[in-house]
Order: sequence, then C-alpha cells, then structure tokens
Amino acid sequence: MTSDRRIRYKTLLMVLLMVVSANLGDLMLKRGMVQIGAVQMSPSGLWHALMSTVHNGTIWLGIFFLIGFTLCYMTAVSWADYSYVMPAGAFGYALQTLLAVLIFHEAVSGRRWFGVALIVVGVLLVGQTHPVTTNPKTVSS
Amino acid sequence: MIRVILMLAFFIFCSTSGEIALTYGMKMVGEPENFRPRALVRFLYRALRNGWVWTAMPLLAGSFYSLLVLLSWAPLSVVIPATAFNYVVGTLGAKYILNEQVSRKRWMGVAMVCVGVALVLING
Repeated sequence: MTSDRRIRYKTLLMVLLMVVSANLGDLMLKRGMVQIGAVQMSPSGLWHALMSTVHNGTIWLGIFFLIGFTLCYMTAVSWADYSYVMPAGAFGYALQTLLAVLIFHEAVSGRRWFGVALIVVGVLLVGQTHPVTTNPKTVSS
Repeated sequence: MIRVILMLAFFIFCSTSGEIALTYGMKMVGEPENFRPRALVRFLYRALRNGWVWTAMPLLAGSFYSLLVLLSWAPLSVVIPATAFNYVVGTLGAKYILNEQVSRKRWMGVAMVCVGVALVLING
C-alpha cells in the first residue's frame, strides 16, 4: 500500500471512530439532560444543574464516549489537517438526525433533511481533498 | 431564542479555539509510531506534556458544558447541526493560524456544510 493510501485509510478509520463515539456520547448526554430537566440560568439553578449532571450515570457514560472521541480526534490531527478532520467528522450528523428521529421521536421536516443532505455532500467534497497539507515538523519551529 | 444564540456563540468560540490549540499541540507531538498499546501510551504521555494541549482543555471543557446547557434548551436535531457553524470559523482558523492549504474543493465542501446548517436553523 502506498503511503498516500495508508494516510487516507488511517485518517478515515480515525474519523469513523470519532463519529461513532461522538454520536453515542451525544445521545447519552441528551438522555441524561432530559432526565435532569431544563437548566435555570440563575446561580442556584446552574449549581443544581452541575450537581445533577455529576450524579447522573447516563451523563458519565456520555462523558466516557466523548473522552474516546477526544482521543481519536487528537490522534487524527497529530498527522492530518484540522480543516480535513473537522468537516469529515460532520458525517455523523446524518446518523445523528436519523437517531433523533428513531430514538427520541423528534419531528424532522423535509427542509431540515435537505440541510442535513447538503452537510453530507459538503463533507464528501472535503473528503476528496488530501488529508495532509502541512509539514508537522515545521509547526514546532 | 436570544439566550440560545448567545450560548451558541460562546460554544463556537470555545470549541474552535480549543480545537485549534489542540491541533497545534498535536502537530508538535507527532503521530504515534504504530497502533500497539505501548506506542499509544507513549503517544498519550507525549501529548499530556504539551502546553498547547493543556491550553485546549479548559476551552474544550467550556464548549462541553455550554453544549450540555444547549441540549437541555432545544431539540437534538437543532442543536447538533447548528453547531456546524464551527466548520466555517474553524476552516478560517486552519487557514490563517495553522497555515493549512484550504483548496477550492475543501472550501466548497465547507460552504455546503454552512448552507446546510442555515437551512437547519431556518427550520428551527
């Protein structure tokens, strides 16, 4: 395998892991925050929200997945462009919207689906560009 | 509605500056030699000794907590795609701060993501 293809494959693998862990993390957070209820914007309200999130197991599960996301993200940007990895990670929004409909039964209009479709096509365009355009060694100098 | 927009602005600032700092730091750290556990632990250790990675942490924590608040205020399918505004701000940061070459095709992709986000917000 050429090094160019290798870079593409390992970047795609990291992006895939990022998407899956970010999606699972966000879903767990949503579920946890629904259990807690709307946050009141007063000092006591914010304190109560903070304490509730600390004592919520679903929130912790979400945090676990988001730490996994952060580690995959850090690994990906250790070689690949930020302007490649970041939009490529947006591929998860298609999955996210689908999960919002299937699990939370949220109503999603046709126009919003079109927006999500545009996001996906945009991400595919970015995915066609080369993942690395900087020399990592020049950054530290 | 205004409180959602303000919180969204705070979220975008924290998450973009945090991610740019993190990317800058990780480029200094360099990629792992391979994906075996030992090499990954060494890689993580190197990352945790980098000042830019630590600069990113409070910013990313700020973006995380503002996202939690946003999720309690609005439906998931509005909050999550709306945060895609990060892509435009982040791409500008990548070009001018990280000196990445953002080709026309990459900008087109980002623009499509942006229009997609606008459509999602109009519906919200």
